[in-house]
Amino acid sequence: MGTVYVVTSGKGGVGKTTATANIGTGLALAGNKVALLDADIGLRNLDVVMGLENRIVYDIVDVVRGECRLRQALIKDKRFDSLFLLPAAQTKDKTAVKPEQMQKLCNELKEEFDFIIVDCPAGIEQGFKNAISGADRAIVVTTPEMSAVRDADRIIGLLEANDLRDAYLIINRIRMDMVKRNDMLSIDDMLDFLAVTLLGVVPDDEKIVISTNRGEPAVTDDKSMAGKAYKNITRRLLGEDVPFMDLSVDDGFFGKLKRLFGMGAK
Amino acid sequence: MGFFNAFISKGSSKDVAKDRLRTILVHDRTNVYPQYMDMLKNDIVKAISDYAEIDPQDVEIKIDNASRSSNTSMPELVANVPIKRMKNIGK
Repeated sequence: MGTVYVVTSGKGGVGKTTATANIGTGLALAGNKVALLDADIGLRNLDVVMGLENRIVYDIVDVVRGECRLRQALIKDKRFDSLFLLPAAQTKDKTAVKPEQMQKLCNELKEEFDFIIVDCPAGIEQGFKNAISGADRAIVVTTPEMSAVRDADRIIGLLEANDLRDAYLIINRIRMDMVKRNDMLSIDDMLDFLAVTLLGVVPDDEKIVISTNRGEPAVTDDKSMAGKAYKNITRRLLGEDVPFMDLSVDDGFFGKLKRLFGMGAK
Repeated sequence: MGFFNAFISKGSSKDVAKDRLRTILVHDRTNVYPQYMDMLKNDIVKAISDYAEIDPQDVEIKIDNASRSSNTSMPELVANVPIKRMKNIGK
């Protein structure tokens, strides 16, 4: 029996789809059977991040309407035999799948897969409610910006109100150089505000843009810092105790000089 | 903060963000907005002024302990009201 995780954030553009793609791919890389489910109906994008946009025949709305079988709509990944994508519909709207239908779909997928990762649309309206309705646990993605943290707080409250307690938190696109200069909220600041379990911290990494251009999740790239962070996140989801990466930046000549004189800020 | 930093940092933007965010989250979680707090403050000042001499400028009110779910803990209204002199009432 599999577990359903919903990846959500409230605010748009913080990296939900990238997180979904990387967590799913990372879990498949570790030998699990994984289904990615794009619940962002009308604005589908998970297929693009996965590089599977040319293989779509049926979508989630076709499945819930009984116009095709679930098996027909699941797209097998290019690289991993145990990784599948159920794409969102692009022409319908966010109300095309009802909460009960989502629950039924997730239960069906749980029979066959170890993990089901649901990519939730931004916002707190019906699309959000539909996307979370089949989930066992939520993963909240935020960035070190006030607006993203505020929305994460709101979303965590709404998840709790919908019986999804103990959400995991991913802090995305952190820049340790800015944190060090006291120009960005730190990991601890965000944990103080949000009071949830930290699942991982993903550094701001231009390799994410490059891997998305290629349709290859960064988690498969050993040279990418963000990819490494996602690999750690998947290992934590699998129950391993993985220490958080050292993201501290090399502060160059002056930093070394300061440390030499015992004036470093640590 | 070291010697070198003294030249660079003049009040960090992170601390500004933290202060603003703290206020925003309290207001979001309790559904109490700044305007409402101003109204409450005015009424508190009015009520207390019947009994004591106070300077409205010195009065501070805020909400503490605001958590997301109402069943874990209750928010608290904290008022700090310095009194200049008590009025003689009922004599």
